[in-house]
Amino acid sequence: MTGVTIEIEEKTFPAARGAPARALYRDFRLELADQSFVALLGPSGLGKTTLLNMIAGVDRGFEGRITFSRGPDPRIAYVFQSPRLLPWRTVLQNVLLPLPPGADSLNRARSVLRDMGLGDAEEVYPERLSLGMQRRVALARAFALEPELLLMDEPFVSLDEANASRLRDLLAELIEARPTTVLFVTHDSHEAVRLADRVVVLGGPPVRVVRDVRVELSREGRLAAGEVERVRGTVLGAGPTVAA
Amino acid sequence: MFVAVWWAVALLRQDFRLLPTPDLVLEALVAAAKTGALQSNLLITMARVAASFFIAMTLGSALGILLGMSRTADRLLGPWVVLFLNLPALVIIILCYVWFGLIEAAAVAAVSINKIPNVAVTLREGAAALSRDLAEMAAVYRFGRWKTLRHVILPQLSPYFAAAARSGLALVWKIVLVVELLGRPNGVGFELQTAFQLFDVATILAYALAFGLIVQAIELGIIQPWERAVNRWRR
Repeated sequence: MTGVTIEIEEKTFPAARGAPARALYRDFRLELADQSFVALLGPSGLGKTTLLNMIAGVDRGFEGRITFSRGPDPRIAYVFQSPRLLPWRTVLQNVLLPLPPGADSLNRARSVLRDMGLGDAEEVYPERLSLGMQRRVALARAFALEPELLLMDEPFVSLDEANASRLRDLLAELIEARPTTVLFVTHDSHEAVRLADRVVVLGGPPVRVVRDVRVELSREGRLAAGEVERVRGTVLGAGPTVAA
Repeated sequence: MFVAVWWAVALLRQDFRLLPTPDLVLEALVAAAKTGALQSNLLITMARVAASFFIAMTLGSALGILLGMSRTADRLLGPWVVLFLNLPALVIIILCYVWFGLIEAAAVAAVSINKIPNVAVTLREGAAALSRDLAEMAAVYRFGRWKTLRHVILPQLSPYFAAAARSGLALVWKIVLVVELLGRPNGVGFELQTAFQLFDVATILAYALAFGLIVQAIELGIIQPWERAVNRWRR
């Protein structure tokens, strides 16, 4: 658990073959409260993944600061758009590798895999699993770490709706059981409203916050289609907007 | 089948000095084994092969990975690698002997230098093809240097190591014999030269046979099981 303050003065996309360098971010600022679940909503290609990479520390080519409220070096888990598992390591090894060595870690990895319905797949190599199962392994790897900050980049994209829906429920359950700060990138407003307690709609380029909507729905409310639709209207700009 | 054809041709020609029958070759093999010359020469040659193979794989891999990961290194050193890749083995061998003398170190160095560019070129391909996605994953999840090397980088390079090892072993065998022939007082290469001067074809074939058996044993006993082990995960 950690709050995050994101301040990006300048992030440009390098010039490549004929295309000039273009500014992705300029004077962008976003604050994530501790233990909040924030969904970032915006069209593809806007630079949402780039933002997650900057927060995760894998993209350092920008001017600005990412500050964390509880110490400078929080435990971060990142669920990428593709599962990014090590194909030459078993499911269990994939989940174990980020954890410190010890019996404690082994127990935790096993229990998270069981929660994900992957208890029988521990010794299987990832490429023998369906994409849906590989995504669950990637989620398990992120959760087993008990992260202070969980970054998710369209983790359910390219899954069929039934599968995606099951995984969303699972995610909601896991976060309820083990609260953490979540930043969730998606271009699906349904998904955003169903999961998040705050939806930030991005536009650009350069990227700016178009709308910032608080989702005050109970767990039951999130499962009622009418309620979700109502908030979705706000998110999409049909209703009153919160300060941009 | 092959042995039958060989036998028939040898019998037809009736010139057993130039083309001995398989039983004569076997006889020569047994004779060489009885004096202990076969074993000691094979052992010496194998030791040279092992030493130069190990040196070439280590230095060649390090060089190749460096070239694959760093554009600057590739620009600076790439042309040199191509030069050495195409320099005739004989030139390197002669220069090593002339500059360092007819000593063991010169022999092993000459073989290694011949082999290093091959390994480097193969591993360069591997290092250039390393997955950025997995590297980022390892960085976010804080694998650290050792875990990243062991679980992320080396498994991606293993097919390239196998390719370099297989073609490398073949090349090293061949060059070690030339090196022995030119400047060593023992080993299979030296023995072959002696047999050549005596026109003793049976002995030459006997050594070739012993050699072939050893190479097959290494392929079947070491390289293939290792490849199977590292490829277990593939669908």
